[in-house]
Amino acid sequence: MDVMPKWADVVLVPIVSLVLAAFLSALLILAIGESPSEALKLMVEGTLMRSAGWGYMLYYTTNFIFTGLAVSVAFHAALFNIGGEGQAMIGGLGVALVCLFIPWPHWSLAIIGASFGAAIFGMIWAGLPAYLQAKRGSHIVITTIMFNFIAAGVLNFFLVGALKPKGSMDPATANFPTSTHLPTFEDMAQILGIEKMFRSAPANVSFFIALLACVAVWYLIWRTPLGYEIRALGKSGPAARYAGVGSVKIIMIAMMISGALCGMMAINTTQGESERLILNFTEGAGFIGIAVALMGRSHPLGVLLAALLFGFLYQGGAELALWTKIPREMIIVIQALVILFTGALTLMVRAPLERLFLAVWKG
Amino acid sequence: MDFLTLIQVLDSTLRLATPLLLVCLAGLFSERAGIFDIGLEGKILAAAFLSASLAFVTGSVWIGLLAGIGASVAMSAIHGLASITLRGDQIISGVAINFLAAGLTVVVSQAWFGQGGRTPPLKSGGRFEPINFPGAVPSKEMADAGPIMQIYSELLSGHSLLVYVALLTVPLSWFILYKTRFGLRLRAVGENPAAVDTAGISVVGMRYAAVIICGVLCGIAGAYISTALQANFTKDMSAGRGFIALAALIFAKWRPWYALGACLLFGFFFAVDNRFQNILLPAWSLSAALFIMTVGLVGYVWRKDLLDKFVLGGLAFGLALIAFMIVASVWDVGTSTQIKIPVVFIQSLPYILTVVVLAGFVGKAIPPRSGGVPYVKEK
Repeated sequence: MDVMPKWADVVLVPIVSLVLAAFLSALLILAIGESPSEALKLMVEGTLMRSAGWGYMLYYTTNFIFTGLAVSVAFHAALFNIGGEGQAMIGGLGVALVCLFIPWPHWSLAIIGASFGAAIFGMIWAGLPAYLQAKRGSHIVITTIMFNFIAAGVLNFFLVGALKPKGSMDPATANFPTSTHLPTFEDMAQILGIEKMFRSAPANVSFFIALLACVAVWYLIWRTPLGYEIRALGKSGPAARYAGVGSVKIIMIAMMISGALCGMMAINTTQGESERLILNFTEGAGFIGIAVALMGRSHPLGVLLAALLFGFLYQGGAELALWTKIPREMIIVIQALVILFTGALTLMVRAPLERLFLAVWKG
Repeated sequence: MDFLTLIQVLDSTLRLATPLLLVCLAGLFSERAGIFDIGLEGKILAAAFLSASLAFVTGSVWIGLLAGIGASVAMSAIHGLASITLRGDQIISGVAINFLAAGLTVVVSQAWFGQGGRTPPLKSGGRFEPINFPGAVPSKEMADAGPIMQIYSELLSGHSLLVYVALLTVPLSWFILYKTRFGLRLRAVGENPAAVDTAGISVVGMRYAAVIICGVLCGIAGAYISTALQANFTKDMSAGRGFIALAALIFAKWRPWYALGACLLFGFFFAVDNRFQNILLPAWSLSAALFIMTVGLVGYVWRKDLLDKFVLGGLAFGLALIAFMIVASVWDVGTSTQIKIPVVFIQSLPYILTVVVLAGFVGKAIPPRSGGVPYVKEK
């Protein structure tokens, strides 16, 4: 049977899925008595037409790049890391410990230290479910879900207990020292001599670390033996074992990389934005990583584009909640539809598309 | 702690275990037929919302219940379409359903009621009222009643209808799964669908039936949460119950009676957590318990390979460290000082126990063999 060329599969299926999701969302907006075109206009104006909108969008995008890459790396090894949320929370703990208890002379050193802290903590939190999957055969989806809840408990324990400054009522750590504060896009624009750009938007230098992570993951997955082994295991476990790829080792490594990437999300939210560790700082970004990875077809470039899209949706959603009766949760609906069409209903999207494509292709 | 307090905690255990039990059995039907369902959470949420909304609008709790079941079955239908007909990824479909419900319930309730994602409080006809057994003493006079009467009036009597329904669902599920032809086929579909297909029974039909049953039970659970346990719908009110039920299902090793035990145990944790703000234990007993676990772990990994030693040894080290810190913190005032157990620990206990069971250290949990695998009929 004829099949679509690979580029069509990679490009068209996500786009058609997105169009379907957008169409259904538009119907929902109509049903609750708002205008979809007005909504889209508001989202574009609030996000893309002003620099602060970009600043918020890229802030969300940074989170989604990290979690999207994390889910992608696990996907390549045929593992479903649904525990990004928990790994990010524990990563935040790592960032907080590094920033609070090590006297950093300059933010550039602090961000390196915090990245390591976040990555190592996230790695440990992903390592336990990975170990249970690799050695004991416990289903990684279930264990990572459980670890999300346990992580929330751990974070809560530290934020109402040991890490909370005396006399404070907030479940949060003390503010990080000024020397660890990351330059935001606003600061960077000022250094370049541009005033009034990205005003008070939270996007910061960790965006560039996210971009570096994209390149690093691309290199790892497609240009190193380890990446080859990860993909081999993901394509076929028995074949990979026959070729001498140890599944225990690869499951451990893939999940730990995944956990490290999720943890690193915390440098953006915790060190970059709130400048202290707070409860619920992940805001579901760990789960959005699933949508981002599915939409981006587990390729770093795709993840980057999908993360930009979701960054746009999140900032746009905030604008909608501000100016219309459409609550922010509208974005969760769109996210659900994207996951549904790109991940679960792929056959429904793909089969007609393929037929159509082949009919047109042959003339 | 006196006897009445214990009865009250058990009473609240029953109340809190009810939604878990219904959802756990829902998951049982689905997973026994080979359809993994992590969208249980979303189904309860959707059902809780629609039943509270319609119960408010119509003033009838029964219409609310039906609406809740309808919402949940609709979600199940999506899951069935994705994972049975279109042979998509069941896990991803479940994730999508959770988000769909989390988003839709707030968007729609905001549009309908404009109260920031909640529904207006239900009046008397719109909720499930407690059923008082004949002769049960009212709670004011409970302290003076005898122990048997206390058990009768506090623990057994005074629950809403759905609590009793949930308890009856356990033997019913057991009967359906183990004593009927339908049940045999359903379990077979989860273990070896090809064999069922060879026998001329529709795998697709069986799996859809299981998924719909799952939807109905989740619907009842959702309706219970918003019309019996509470009197309105609030944003994200399912509060992870779908995942705890999933944990209970694994803890129960996919068996109905075990499910009852697991849900009552997890319900008990919540009841204890609700009732007692502080649970105090002497420092030495805590440390000793942790130390015994450490020794157990070290003994276990002694002959294992490097990775086991590293991971479990690390865990053992962590436990020993906590034990040491507890002792060190009270060393000056004596090791029998009462130490407060963190509330979050009790809240996390269901998840921790599930991980321990999944890890196979305490009775290995083996899922249905064809769970999560779409069935492709041979041509």
